[in-house]
Amino acid sequence: MNIVVCVKQVPDTTEVKIDPATGTLVREGIPSIINPDDKSGLEAALELKDQAGAKVTVLSMGPPQAELALREALAMGADEAVLLSDRAFGGADTWATSTTLAAALRKLDWDLVVCGRQAIDGDTAQVGPQIAEHLGIPHVSYVSELKVEGEAVVVKRAFEDGYQRIRAKFPCLVTALKDMNKPRYMSVGGVFDAYRKTIPVWGLADLDVDPANIGLKGSPTRVKSSYTKGTKSAGKVYEVDPKEGARIIVERLKEKFII
Amino acid sequence: MNVSEYKGVFVFAERRDGAVQKVAYELLGMGRGIADALGEPLAAVLLGSGLKDSEAAELIAFGADEVILVDHPDLGVYMTEPYTKAVVKAIAERKPGVVFFGATTIGRDLAPRVSARVKTGLTADCTALAVEDGTRNLLMTRPAFGGNIMATIVCPEHRPQMSTVRPGVMRKLERDGARKGRVSRLAVEIEAKDRNVEILEVVSEKVARKNIEDSTVLVSGGRGLGSPENFRKLDLVADELGGLVSASRAVVDLGWVGQDRQVGQTGKTVRPDLYIACGISGMIQHIAGMEDSGFIVAVNKNSGAPIFEYADLGIVTDVNRLVPALAEELKAAKAER
Repeated sequence: MNIVVCVKQVPDTTEVKIDPATGTLVREGIPSIINPDDKSGLEAALELKDQAGAKVTVLSMGPPQAELALREALAMGADEAVLLSDRAFGGADTWATSTTLAAALRKLDWDLVVCGRQAIDGDTAQVGPQIAEHLGIPHVSYVSELKVEGEAVVVKRAFEDGYQRIRAKFPCLVTALKDMNKPRYMSVGGVFDAYRKTIPVWGLADLDVDPANIGLKGSPTRVKSSYTKGTKSAGKVYEVDPKEGARIIVERLKEKFII
Repeated sequence: MNVSEYKGVFVFAERRDGAVQKVAYELLGMGRGIADALGEPLAAVLLGSGLKDSEAAELIAFGADEVILVDHPDLGVYMTEPYTKAVVKAIAERKPGVVFFGATTIGRDLAPRVSARVKTGLTADCTALAVEDGTRNLLMTRPAFGGNIMATIVCPEHRPQMSTVRPGVMRKLERDGARKGRVSRLAVEIEAKDRNVEILEVVSEKVARKNIEDSTVLVSGGRGLGSPENFRKLDLVADELGGLVSASRAVVDLGWVGQDRQVGQTGKTVRPDLYIACGISGMIQHIAGMEDSGFIVAVNKNSGAPIFEYADLGIVTDVNRLVPALAEELKAAKAER
């Protein structure tokens, strides 16, 4: 069984801060990580490898430094890695990103593609289903459990108000939720091996894709403007003992006709 | 692509277990404003099996000019491919300029698949929509980087312009039973090969859950409460106010309460009339999920906690001693009336 896991290198957004003077993102000193949903997808693939034997390839699109995320994936136990990196891929929205990743997947052997549900920097959850559409294969998103039965996966698919159990025959794509497992750490031997492996870097010339469909100019959507949220003016703050605090709250709720 | 051929606004009216979901009415409320700004009609697209005319009538009462019913036995339970096929067919036949989906686990599965098939852009989890003067393009605003930045996205050269919209963000209209609209039916062929996955089991868990998005009062707890026992005391206050208890991500990660109670960027967006934040410091990811609440009260022992910048009323004190005192005060206030 061959599995390709798509991963994205993202800034650890739980540490993202806004520079109050300039109103822009402070990127310095913010560590880059493998996107959490993707990492759980990788762990799920590695568990299948442990149980039944599988070749696990990790695929990432990003700037040259995304190689670090792929090295980490190799050190966790992935067999091979491919980096898609080319200036021509830059500025892509989800449509163009999924077009590029699908073109790379066409060059690889796989029965199953695993993506994370969504990346913490964009939160769109679009790239996985769009890759599947470009490849003409079924997908199941929001997967919280995954096993292989013969030539198919059987997954638990989460909804807000319940879940479904779904069987999808190979070839297919799933998008993984980070809650599905706890990703393993890199092993010492794995780290050593990871740095001996060569990670091929594929650019536009390596893919069979229309240049008009990738990067910024292949993206149907554009960012027109962006701004940091201004805070509304804060209300009054009282530093009081708990009893007095409770009394003040009730008084204000009465004034506001909330109670 | 000639963008001027595409006219009208579509709302995907999500339906589960035979019931049109609240988010569909919210989208109609917002979509009505967009359609009016464009001077174009608003249509609800309702997919299902055994659809009733009364369901279409409700969608009209909440703002739709037209309801397009796609009724097929294979559309009873959500499955990606049959739903994609039906929505793509409706788009191909009617050429709408705009399509909205709820940013639910169904909308966020279906919309990207549709967008890839019709080759158009899709903007996820929008919190504000508007029509740009002059170009008449849809301006789609969404949070990025955990809610730190708001980005306005356009899709100038492809149609339809599509976006998913977070549930709980838009207001539905007042129901107007006298509103007129038309109902049409669209046939879709779904073949065996379109049922390309097999649903083995459907499990509903909603009986056990109360939905924090629907509560007008939320008493929300954070790590500052110190223990799961203290967290559970929030029930005392919530009960007095007829509200529900919600939580910050930290508390959900600690396992004090289930994820369905989580407020914030990775949880739910809520806008109750009253939000009482107890022992919540106010990380931006949390703020993104509750800042539009009507009246925000924050209780925290740390006067420097960012939550106070967003609160209408702040109390710096020992939250664990305030909670029972507040429950008592509320009980007394009730007795006075």
